Amino acid sequence: MPVWQALYDELKDQDFMIIAVAMDSRGLSAVSGPIRKAGTTYISLLDQDHVVSDLYNMTNVPQAVWIDEAGRIVRPTENAGAAMGFNLRKMRKTRQIYLDAIRDWVALGADSGHVFSEEEARAHTPVFTAAIAEAHASFHLGRYLQEKGSSREAASFLRRAVDLNPDSWNFFRQMKNLEHILGSGGPEFMMRARRASKAGKEYYPLPDMATMAEVAD
Amino acid sequence: MSSTSAIQVLSAGRRIQIARSADRPTDELWLDVPALADLTGWHLKPEGLCKGEVCVPLAGAATDFLDGDEICASGLWKELQRPVLHDSECETWMLGEAAKDRARQLDTLEAPDFELPDIDGKLHRLSDHRGKKVLLVTWASW
Repeated sequence: MPVWQALYDELKDQDFMIIAVAMDSRGLSAVSGPIRKAGTTYISLLDQDHVVSDLYNMTNVPQAVWIDEAGRIVRPTENAGAAMGFNLRKMRKTRQIYLDAIRDWVALGADSGHVFSEEEARAHTPVFTAAIAEAHASFHLGRYLQEKGSSREAASFLRRAVDLNPDSWNFFRQMKNLEHILGSGGPEFMMRARRASKAGKEYYPLPDMATMAEVAD
Repeated sequence: MSSTSAIQVLSAGRRIQIARSADRPTDELWLDVPALADLTGWHLKPEGLCKGEVCVPLAGAATDFLDGDEICASGLWKELQRPVLHDSECETWMLGEAAKDRARQLDTLEAPDFELPDIDGKLHRLSDHRGKKVLLVTWASW
């Protein structure tokens, strides 16, 4: 959050807004503390049902979409410049390159080299499958049943969402977090992350930007 | 087994409560046509089921789901291959969106609009920020 706040302070007078959306089914109790503590002045919203993930086909946090002044997507859902923390240098560098790309876009608009053509933007949009749509419906129902206290039935719908879209870290980690507040980073998560990595599915794939070349492996 | 008289119906953007009708099977979800529109944004028109400029023609079996002012939303959703789910008591239903509609929306490159609360409960819409560049970014506490 401090990263986005600093960027917002720097660019807010240039018709730029940050809308940060918390994918947090536990609701206010989970997010209001961190948001108040950070004293964010950009817009911070709560999305208990992960509706934004559904609309934009997102699967992890942080992911971002660049939207221009006309409400058009110029960079679809992608990793918002995060990298694994075990490589501190790469983590910092990746983030810096991503933030510089945003600065470039805010300064140059459509002339920025980071703005996709319509064709490129469509090609970079993650494919929305029937299983993903079904997973969102199942997650949504499970989330509601959980809130109503039907934990056992909720669990089966949440698990079904995870099984239907195993590539969604949001579904998996939120499910584990609803089971136990510290559950999202447990041994099952580590196992899944290792398995995904072996299958060539990186937890934080690098955004497709020419400037990312220096942190690419 | 007792069941409550109220049914909760969820969609990606909304939730409504309706009364259970004694005249309908428990495992079917019947809504009046305006309620379906309110809940899902899909309106019944002469050309079919429409949302914005997109219309799905209702032909053949799909017309069987209409009965006067009411529509069998569960049957129609299945017929149109949209996700429809309910709990074991059929007291809570979820009418999901089809992958092809989500994909079609994303393919237009028009950013899908949404309305969500901030931590003070104030609602914000993405489209309130037309005229600015917007970085839409997610995070989570977990």
